[in-house]
Amino acid sequence: MTSPFGLLAELTYACPLHCAYCSNPLNLADYRDELSTAQWQRVLTEARELGVLQLHLSGGEPLQRRDIVEIVHSATDLGLYTNLITSALGLSRRRAEQLRAAGLGHVQISIQAAEAAESDRIAGTPSFERKLTAAHLVKELDWPLTLNVVLHRRNIDRVTDILRIAEELRADRVELANTQYYGWAWHNRSALLPSRPQIERAETTVRAARERLRERMEIVYVLPDYYGQYPKPCMGGWGQRQLTVAPNGDVLPCPAAHALPLPRASVHENSLAWIWEESPLFQRFRGTDWMPEPCRSCERRELDFGGCRCQAFQLTGDAARTDPVCHLSPDHGIVVEAVQAANEAARPREEELTPRPHPGRSV
Amino acid sequence: MSTALRLSSHPGLSPHVRLAFDRVRERHVLLGPESVLVLNPTGAAVLKLCDGRRTVAEIVRELGRQYDRVVGDEVRDFLARLVANRCVEFGDD
Ligand SMILES: C[S@@+](CC[C@H](N)C(=O)[O-])C[C@H]1O[C@@H](n2cnc3c(N)ncnc32)[C@H](O)[C@@H]1O
Ligand code: SF4
Ligand code: SF4
Repeated sequence: MTSPFGLLAELTYACPLHCAYCSNPLNLADYRDELSTAQWQRVLTEARELGVLQLHLSGGEPLQRRDIVEIVHSATDLGLYTNLITSALGLSRRRAEQLRAAGLGHVQISIQAAEAAESDRIAGTPSFERKLTAAHLVKELDWPLTLNVVLHRRNIDRVTDILRIAEELRADRVELANTQYYGWAWHNRSALLPSRPQIERAETTVRAARERLRERMEIVYVLPDYYGQYPKPCMGGWGQRQLTVAPNGDVLPCPAAHALPLPRASVHENSLAWIWEESPLFQRFRGTDWMPEPCRSCERRELDFGGCRCQAFQLTGDAARTDPVCHLSPDHGIVVEAVQAANEAARPREEELTPRPHPGRSV
Repeated sequence: MSTALRLSSHPGLSPHVRLAFDRVRERHVLLGPESVLVLNPTGAAVLKLCDGRRTVAEIVRELGRQYDRVVGDEVRDFLARLVANRCVEFGDD
């Protein structure tokens, strides 16, 4: 078995924003009982011993944790490369300088759209101007800056403007990720799923921008799986390269896997090594033995691992089926139907979105 | 900035990456914002010589003293790949 490279530490699900595309779980209140500083430090130590080299600090909003600087400090001492994934709310100059001194390696800031009114509307709170200020600060402190933008029906027509902002901020990378339909995004899917012409226009824009900005900025474009032929190699394979620790100490092969009807694994009960190597949860879909047809005899099975288990469960009720976004899946009709609905001419321009609420918390 | 790495170029690690030794894998690794690269011993030896002062030609010569068989083209290809990934930067003069 290989050792994991990355740990996604979801420090808290508290967040001052209300993005309706948020992939966080719907039952946010179940995660109020968060790991303490000392418990996170133990998790990081065990993660390094297991082979983890990269720590992604996310949530929710990781800057809501008062001990974020301490956690980064411990990670640096262990030799982990740290990456902060943030809405930027809470990244004051003082905090940024402390994080820099603690060894934080990379900052990823999300914006919701290309201008304040629209970005603030999607975020459900005034935040755009603060994000820009924080992004300038990141560059001023000589961090590599990635700008993250989740694309959906309401903002995908503005990719040109989004890229212009990224250029003005001198971002090193911009990640344009089409919405993945988990958590609140799943709940809001029909209002978020773009039409085919929208996707095609966005792709043309991205191709031209890549050509023009080749030397200056890397543009990552995450394809919308509903419009693909094949699924994505989710997490590089179940239990192959990455693990996630949720705010309450649950350990998962991917952040969306909490929804699957599988035995739990928690740092409160077992070591990270046992969970990675032995737990029924991590064993369940590791490798190719679990696969049904058509994956079992498909030549792409080691390339995409049959797609995403969470998506298979969400769409079919059975996590062990071929991901229905694959055109070879017997369940592909479910995806075709959702795509058809998104392309109907008679659709209202803007359907209502349910914003992600702000959970209370105990820490 | 020119894109082609030449024998006269002076490669150095990008300020955004770190070269470290991973005790778990017993390998050197190159850690960057979005990537982890597990290096073989020769790769690690090449990167340790990338200090922004030595030229590619000097690096190849120096490696020749440490290893029996060092192919200049392989060193250059290896570094060119890392330039493409933004892990290595270089100046020419
Ligand atoms: C859940 S957020 C937590 C960090 C922080 N609150 C933020 O939004 O930047 C982690 C990353 O996932 C992205 N994200 C959130 N929901 C997503 C979805 N449904 N599909 C794809 N990416 C998503 C965010 O833009 C962010 O880059
Ligand atoms: S609501 Fe938005 S900012 Fe908050 S965690 Fe979700 S995606 Fe990030
Ligand atoms: S059948 Fe399975 S392995 Fe083959 S392409 Fe589709 S999802 Fe991938």
